[in-house]
Amino acid sequence: MARVKIPRKSTAIDMTAMCDVAFLLLTFFILTAKLRTEDPLHVDVPAATIKVPVPDDNIATLEVGRGKIFFGIEGTDIRKALLEEMGKKYNISFTPAEENRFAVIPIFGVHMDQMKQFIGMSEDERKKLDQPGIPVDTTNTSELFNWIYQARIVTKNLHNQELRFTIKGDSHEPYPGIQKVIDVLQRQAVNKFSLITSLKNQ
Amino acid sequence: MAELDTSGKGGGKGGKIRSKKASTRVDLTAMVDLAFLLITFFIMTTTLAKPKAMDTFWPDKTKKDVQLPVAATRTMTVLLGANDKLEWYIGEPGKTPPTVDNFGKNGIRKTLIDKNKEVEATHAGPDNYMIVLIKCSDKATYKDFVNMLDEINITGIKSYGVVPITPLEVNLLKKDGLY
Repeated sequence: MARVKIPRKSTAIDMTAMCDVAFLLLTFFILTAKLRTEDPLHVDVPAATIKVPVPDDNIATLEVGRGKIFFGIEGTDIRKALLEEMGKKYNISFTPAEENRFAVIPIFGVHMDQMKQFIGMSEDERKKLDQPGIPVDTTNTSELFNWIYQARIVTKNLHNQELRFTIKGDSHEPYPGIQKVIDVLQRQAVNKFSLITSLKNQ
Repeated sequence: MAELDTSGKGGGKGGKIRSKKASTRVDLTAMVDLAFLLITFFIMTTTLAKPKAMDTFWPDKTKKDVQLPVAATRTMTVLLGANDKLEWYIGEPGKTPPTVDNFGKNGIRKTLIDKNKEVEATHAGPDNYMIVLIKCSDKATYKDFVNMLDEINITGIKSYGVVPITPLEVNLLKKDGLY
């Protein structure tokens, strides 16, 4: 008996469609996603039904959690200029190298006299450091007041735009902690600012 | 690479010798690998959920503002207490006993909508909207505060303000065990 020969088929798969899909997804992710920034306080943002996204530029974030206040500002040019101004205010001179290092720190919470040491740290050391938060009181000379004030001046000078403020508070933070920050903003007539929330259903 | 040539050389019995045509197919496997690697990288390092911003407007403290006379029956005061609870009253403190309420659809939201309608019905226009005063006690959390502002936004209350709490109102909260 003659054996029936089964024609063997090639195992090659057409990859074109898969490749198309993969690159389409890749493009989508590149265009829509925003780089995740390291959050030293790990705040749990409260949910609300607001759908307005946070703007990208000329924005400063005041992060409140565990009784501490952290300050972050967008834009490397602004950060550099801001550090220089704050140095002048507190009689600390920063070298251009230190300013460049500061320009890549998105958010921080250290006292001015620790700033030089903080800038000198490596990224890993900074992550491990338990930052004490920026000092604040009810006067117009507290460090937080000056950071906010100088940041507004620097933004106005460099970008000719008003700096917008957002407060990123932890859900379980007692209200007086938030009120302290709001008071600082109100004392320099910043009466419009946003609260960062995550989206929830009604 | 991913292509196994199993077609075999079919016969080859005394045919013409033809010049081999190079296949136009390119092996895309490596490219797909690379693309998925990059996708994975982007998923890991970025965040898609953009945070939302709740815009708030506060009165100018540096100016001495003119106080407008407002009927007490048009104001509703909401006191935020401990344990995610709140209480509210209409009018002046101490005169009407406060009602304990909680957040959510059937809590303060319903109250705000109902009372707003009531005020609109009982007062003459055009300024017959309800004014809500939010007073946070020291025991309230930031979440309560944001929830309250959110409810104001949802119910479309035209006029509201965040005001410091008075000792009298703290006592009201204490009486109901919310402080």
